[in-house]
Amino acid sequence: MALLRITSPHTQRAGRRTAWVMQMVILATIPGIVVQTWLFGWGTLINVMIACITALLCEAAILSLRRRAVAFFLKDYSALLTAVLLGVALPPIVPWWVTVTAVAFAIIFAKQIYGGLGNNPFNPAMVGYAIVLVSFPVPMSQWLGVQSLVSAQDTLTFTQSLQAIFQFLPVVESHALIDAYTMATPLDGFKTKDLLTAEEAFNTVPALHAANLNSWLWVNLAYLVGGLGLLWLRIITWHTPVALLGALLVMSGFFYGVDSANAASPFFHLTTGAAMFGAFFIATDPVSSCTSNRGKLIYGAGIGILIYIIRAWGGYPDGVAFAVLLMNFAAPLIDYYSQPRTYGHQKAKTGLKIGEDN
Amino acid sequence: MQATKIYSFHGGIHPEENKAQSLRLPLGRPSLPSELILPLGQHIGQSSRPLVKVGDKVLKGETIAINNGFLSSFLHASTSGTISAIEERLIAHPSGLSDLCIILAPDGQDTWTTLEPLNDWQTLSKTDVLAYLSEMGIVGMGGAGFPTQVKLQGAHKKPLSHFIINAAECEPYITADDMLMREKALELILGIEILQHLVEADKVVIGIEDNKPAAIDALTSMIKQRDSKVQVAVVPTKYPSGGEKQLIQLLTGKEVPSGQHPADIGILCHNVGTCVAVYDAITFGKPLISRFTTLTGDALKAPQNVEVLLGTPVSHLLEYADSEPKKLSRLIMGGPMMGFTLNSAAVPIVKTSNCILAASKKELPPPAPEQACIRCGMCEQACPASLLPQQLLWFSKSQEFEKAEHHNLFDCIECGACSYVCPSSIPLVQYYRHSKSSIREAREATVKSDLAKQRFEARKARQDAEAAEKEAKRLARQKATPSKAAEKKKAAPAKAAPTVAAAPAATDESKKLKVDLAIGKSKLKKLQKQLLEAQENEHLEEISNLQLQVTEQEKAVALLEEQLAKTAEAAPTAAEAKVPKPAPAPVNDDIKKAKIDLAIAKAAVKKVEKALKKAEEIQAPEIEAIRQQLKEAQQRADELENALVNPATTIPKTETTAQAAPSSVDADMTKKRKIDLAIAKAGVKKAEKNIQLLKEQGKNESEIEASEWPKKLIEAQEKLAVLEAEDTTDTVAKSQAKAEPEMDLANQIKKEKIAVALAKAQINKLNKRLESAPEDADKINQDIAATEQRLQRAEALLATLIHSQTNTQENR
Ligand code: SF4
Ligand code: SF4
Repeated sequence: MALLRITSPHTQRAGRRTAWVMQMVILATIPGIVVQTWLFGWGTLINVMIACITALLCEAAILSLRRRAVAFFLKDYSALLTAVLLGVALPPIVPWWVTVTAVAFAIIFAKQIYGGLGNNPFNPAMVGYAIVLVSFPVPMSQWLGVQSLVSAQDTLTFTQSLQAIFQFLPVVESHALIDAYTMATPLDGFKTKDLLTAEEAFNTVPALHAANLNSWLWVNLAYLVGGLGLLWLRIITWHTPVALLGALLVMSGFFYGVDSANAASPFFHLTTGAAMFGAFFIATDPVSSCTSNRGKLIYGAGIGILIYIIRAWGGYPDGVAFAVLLMNFAAPLIDYYSQPRTYGHQKAKTGLKIGEDN
Repeated sequence: MQATKIYSFHGGIHPEENKAQSLRLPLGRPSLPSELILPLGQHIGQSSRPLVKVGDKVLKGETIAINNGFLSSFLHASTSGTISAIEERLIAHPSGLSDLCIILAPDGQDTWTTLEPLNDWQTLSKTDVLAYLSEMGIVGMGGAGFPTQVKLQGAHKKPLSHFIINAAECEPYITADDMLMREKALELILGIEILQHLVEADKVVIGIEDNKPAAIDALTSMIKQRDSKVQVAVVPTKYPSGGEKQLIQLLTGKEVPSGQHPADIGILCHNVGTCVAVYDAITFGKPLISRFTTLTGDALKAPQNVEVLLGTPVSHLLEYADSEPKKLSRLIMGGPMMGFTLNSAAVPIVKTSNCILAASKKELPPPAPEQACIRCGMCEQACPASLLPQQLLWFSKSQEFEKAEHHNLFDCIECGACSYVCPSSIPLVQYYRHSKSSIREAREATVKSDLAKQRFEARKARQDAEAAEKEAKRLARQKATPSKAAEKKKAAPAKAAPTVAAAPAATDESKKLKVDLAIGKSKLKKLQKQLLEAQENEHLEEISNLQLQVTEQEKAVALLEEQLAKTAEAAPTAAEAKVPKPAPAPVNDDIKKAKIDLAIAKAAVKKVEKALKKAEEIQAPEIEAIRQQLKEAQQRADELENALVNPATTIPKTETTAQAAPSSVDADMTKKRKIDLAIAKAGVKKAEKNIQLLKEQGKNESEIEASEWPKKLIEAQEKLAVLEAEDTTDTVAKSQAKAEPEMDLANQIKKEKIAVALAKAQINKLNKRLESAPEDADKINQDIAATEQRLQRAEALLATLIHSQTNTQENR
């Protein structure tokens, strides 16, 4: 009898494989996708599709270049997850080549070049997002508005969305059509309020109109629901999102308290932009974030603070992507200094110095 | 009975229990197999030494192997029969190793030997009870097989706050302890009471998982019935709550400090099986020859618990439980979380085998292919030791072992919880094991290379010292031949240069040697400590290796000491050569030597005094011997002092007659003697140190007594005494009698003394051998007789010689 010879343990938790983890995260974005589609039309879905196809192609190409088992790695769903996250993060009517560029860059440069899944120091989705944000600022700032607010008084139809995304014509031509549907995001609007006080801005700037704010509230709530689902499935722990949102709350609360005339309320900060999406889906990307519980707290809080700083004083309306990337840099260091206290030790070890054991 | 507060531990997992299968059938008792295979190493520590020969007939329960040193155990025949072989057989080992086994062919009678229960255990001294348990071959039956008496002794370090009985049995599939508690609740409680009598803990708690309601009922009703003080603490089912450290945390809220033992925080843990074995041994005199083992897995048609004789081959049990060879894909000894696979069913059940899991492919499918770590942190959430398994994996893969150690790799208990939850199917524990062994290997390699370097340096130093010595001697001879002072003075400047050069070289040498020696000694100490630690920590692989290193280091130290003695010898010679005036030199030299001797003697007195004090403290039996030594040492010191005073006055009178020739002969003799002395001293020191170490370890007197060190100490001290005595007589003789005939006499006396000492040492050695190898008693006894004769002859001769010497001296 040929007996199997392997070391312990001899059993594994059934089901919960890496692919399953990725699938669950993808599924958890569904509430968000649904709400975005409902509010902003089909663009989000089309983006996600384009992103997925691009991601799979890029991943397969690079894997075969690296002589890896293509099917085996494609089945881990990690490329798809990156694609979905990028697809929902980009503006709904962003030209197709922006999406393709972002996804291709994310997969090829942010992930595979570093050795594929598990080895990338930066969140691939956010690398892709940051690249196109810096390279193509104009299309990246064209968000759609809710139907009641835009001049067209409607959302784009499916074909209109397709047209907008695959528009080969010079931008000037399509401008008229698109302009009727687009609108700055609330964060954008608040950022460009210039000399207006907060109150005046909320009263006058169209992007800060209650309806637009509500639509973003819905989006954020949808991602919150998805994130809670992930928590419930124990795919993520509470540490990062809570620390992130907590830090954002404290920061915005503090500055709102100091200068309520010019700063936005904490509620505004938590319910607009990519706050929830970032907290539950981006910052929790395990590969590029901190790994210990204490580390996750520091990491999350760092992102929260940076988001606020970028929103309030930076050059971009929202700061999730850059905040996450900056904290990715710091993650390994934080990891070294946030080891948990091991059983039987008086206190946790820190750093990497070998000499000062125990 | 007040309920015990239950704490919790970090992490943990809930694998499928799969315990019901093996509980469906009642306890089984398999038939006698055709042969029993009894490995000599069924426990942590040194393998037992066989007492039987092939062909011997043994009865059930007869001792067939005895312990080998401190950390070892006894082994008994599981049934009556004939020893058919003592040979290497495959044993149950993670790496599929073979080991020496005693093979017993049962005669089918199952006749017990006469059993000698320890009825008066309550009145006997605890050491006696412990020794008895050791003779009954009792070892921890929970997994590691740590000799129980050693563990109990360790528990004397500190007053115990908790005596915990581990009945958690958290591994899936295994129900052996569960069954044992149901079947032998009374025996268990009585066994616990015996152990409690030995350790006197404040609190006795049985820790049991809540998935064993029948066992809990049996225990609580038994406790109520007996009105026992033992408490039952029911802990929630969570793997690995049965890990010693985790159970301690669950029941006391305390953590065992890293690198320490439960005893260090006043806690003792024993497995239920061990407690029952203790009861059986004390009450019925039954040694440990059988145990409860779970036979389970889908490949068995009749999974069940069995009470099985140690040494029964697994194949016999598989047959008994109706195995379906076609279904069997993985054969595991132990549970699915921490057990190891067997590649042959020919291996025997040993004292620590709690489960045989014959799994089908469906039940335990081959592991999924390993994927990349996504750093999801699930492993971290599951790790009961609060480690960062993903970081450890990273460092293990990249071979950054220092970082891995810094992340407390060695606190990993290899429970497998991290591997169990890892979504990427990474065999994390395998990586850790590999890293750990690589680190251990590297450590050993450094020790070895250090040793090699030391040896090389020592050799070089020795060569240098020899060269310097030769040079010094040559100069001394040159100086001695021309007896006229005038010529010498002329020659002096010419000679001065090399001599001066040689002398500092010699002192340099000795300085360096001393440093080396100090380093070597501290290393030795460290190694010894490591060895003890390893023995306590059950790091089996390390023990033998460390032992090797210790021996080597001891050798190195002895060598260094020898060299130092030599160099010390060379230095005065060189110094002597340096002094331009011939007359005062020998006086100085002799006085110096005498002073040194005196200092040595005084140091010896002090040392013996210290030893005496120590011995008194622990009321060791060797007090008398030490006192005797003290007296002798003091005498010696007095003599020397006298001698020192005398030669100072006498030598100037004796002048420099024939100084050169005897001095070189003398030098050689002295050198040899000094070397002997140094070695003997090293021996004494070693023995003392070992006793000290044992004491530090908290072993009590009897244990120390039981180890061979006190004996060795006395022996070494004897040798030292003899040598020192020679030294003294020699010095005295030398200083008093410089004339040739007397020198001869003195030399002869010396020689005889050495002969006496040698004979004594040999007798000692033979006696020791006699103890350890009773089977060659006759031959050894003969040898002893012969040596004793030799001794007598030598002593007689010595007496006459001394007599004549005294006469000569008196006549003068
Ligand atoms: S559970 Fe596995 S994949 Fe997740 S962090 Fe640990 S080792 Fe990596
Ligand atoms: S095997 Fe080691 S690292 Fe893994 S869970 Fe157990 S203690 Fe932690």
